[in-house]
Amino acid sequence: MNMIEVKNLTKKFGEITAVDALTFSVAQGEVFGLLGPNGAGKTTAIRMLCCLISKTSGEARIAGYQIGNNSDSLAIRKMIGLVPGNIGLYEELSAYENLDYYGKLYECPEADRKEKIEYYLKMMDLWEKRDLPVSDFSKGMTQKVGIARALIHNPKLLFFDEPTANLDPESARVVREIILTLKKEGKTIFINTHNLDEAQRICDRIGILKTKLLTVNTPEQLEKTTWGSRTVIQVEEINDSILAAVKKLAPQDFGVEENRITLTLSDPQKENPDFVQAIVSAGGRIQYVTQLNPGLEETYLKVIQETK
Amino acid sequence: MRLSKAWIIASKDFKTFTKRKNILYTLLYFEGGVSIGLPFLIRYLSTKANSVAALPQLIDAFSFLYVIGAALAPVGIASYSLIGEKVQKSLEPLLATPTTDEEILAGKSIAAFLPAMGVTFLGALIFMVLVDLFTHNVLNSLYFPNWNIVIILFIQAPLACLLSVGYNVLVSSRMNDVRSAQQLGSLIILPLGAVYLMSELKVMSLTTGNMWIMAAILLVVDGILFYLVKATFRREEILTKWK
Repeated sequence: MNMIEVKNLTKKFGEITAVDALTFSVAQGEVFGLLGPNGAGKTTAIRMLCCLISKTSGEARIAGYQIGNNSDSLAIRKMIGLVPGNIGLYEELSAYENLDYYGKLYECPEADRKEKIEYYLKMMDLWEKRDLPVSDFSKGMTQKVGIARALIHNPKLLFFDEPTANLDPESARVVREIILTLKKEGKTIFINTHNLDEAQRICDRIGILKTKLLTVNTPEQLEKTTWGSRTVIQVEEINDSILAAVKKLAPQDFGVEENRITLTLSDPQKENPDFVQAIVSAGGRIQYVTQLNPGLEETYLKVIQETK
Repeated sequence: MRLSKAWIIASKDFKTFTKRKNILYTLLYFEGGVSIGLPFLIRYLSTKANSVAALPQLIDAFSFLYVIGAALAPVGIASYSLIGEKVQKSLEPLLATPTTDEEILAGKSIAAFLPAMGVTFLGALIFMVLVDLFTHNVLNSLYFPNWNIVIILFIQAPLACLLSVGYNVLVSSRMNDVRSAQQLGSLIILPLGAVYLMSELKVMSLTTGNMWIMAAILLVVDGILFYLVKATFRREEILTKWK
């Protein structure tokens, strides 16, 4: 069952189109990452899905409830947890008081609320500091309280808007580990991020957004569909007979740089041995053969560049 | 609208105010000055033979200051309550909870209204007791309670307080800094101050009839303001248009 279903979702602010005909779905228990440059419409997309702002056109359903329908909006907000870009805790209040307040707003019964606050503050390693005002907390600690706040009512679906932005590497790692723990618990997670490494580690599928959704796929498939499968063969010395032998096997594409031949192949596992044999038969001495993985960053930049 | 939700929001704000001493001070300084200072002025005047005849009118004019006080008291709270949320960027997570716009607005309004009215009632009680104590000998009767103070405390002051809360919600939606919002928000007392001044200058007298007319005007203005505030306090407006 899909937890999120979005079809042609569009948001315009006056003449400006912030999100254009967004279409995708997120399955229950899936971690979906939305990547995109600043101003691509990621936050607007999350805000529409959390029923914080209206849509201009299109449709979106969260667990079957329709966004834009007033009676469904409260039901949606009840079943989701949001960790916004700006965590926005009440600085005068303690971590415990912040969580207790939101627990009440989410209508958690008192005994359950107390239990959850203790559970999550212990999970975030903040139980000992529960009575300190959050103004005394570091950014990493604040982020953890923000995540606990989003979890206090045991939501089925979690939205994270740039969860590790402005965090030091250690805090960012802790936040990523928390997200991975939530993933193991079977929560459906929707993440907006700039952090490509984070997206690759955490997300089952990734969408690249630049007002329009440019592509959606798993990180591995995204690389493969963007670049094709590329093999690099480094030869001690390249000569004309080696190049002729390679050309004869007709790869999709090939390039030569110094003593390296880069081949784009449709089925590298089947074709690689033929190319190796052809080069050796032409007198070439192969130093190594490797699969080229450009990485998500290169893939992301290529996809974004192609839209310019 | 569920009042329980509004009460949760108001209770959180009460807790915040107790930790912000400056908000408590702004709530108390005007009421304290009026409730304790002015009875002593009346006591002084009651000892002057030529002032005794003017005492009832003076006491009525001073009593009207509780309408002004009720409008002034929520300024600090209302502006902090909303701009505090803006500055701390806590509006987005609050709006993401299963709470309606009306419940949030009601919660914020209760948080400003109840302490302001509480302080107004407490101050008025002190004022009435002290004035009666200082004047019953020269006036040969207890001046309070009377119909004027009943209209002031139970009709005009709550209406003035609501007016101020609504006006300050509108001001806060356009401002980012608590102090500027308070300065602009305090302007709400100008028309009420003008009424007070006119009564002191004997341009108009604060008769029971005039008090009812003023109450009716406040009610109409409150009604208009209510619709303006309701139109301003919408999730989308708050997230995309509030500065």
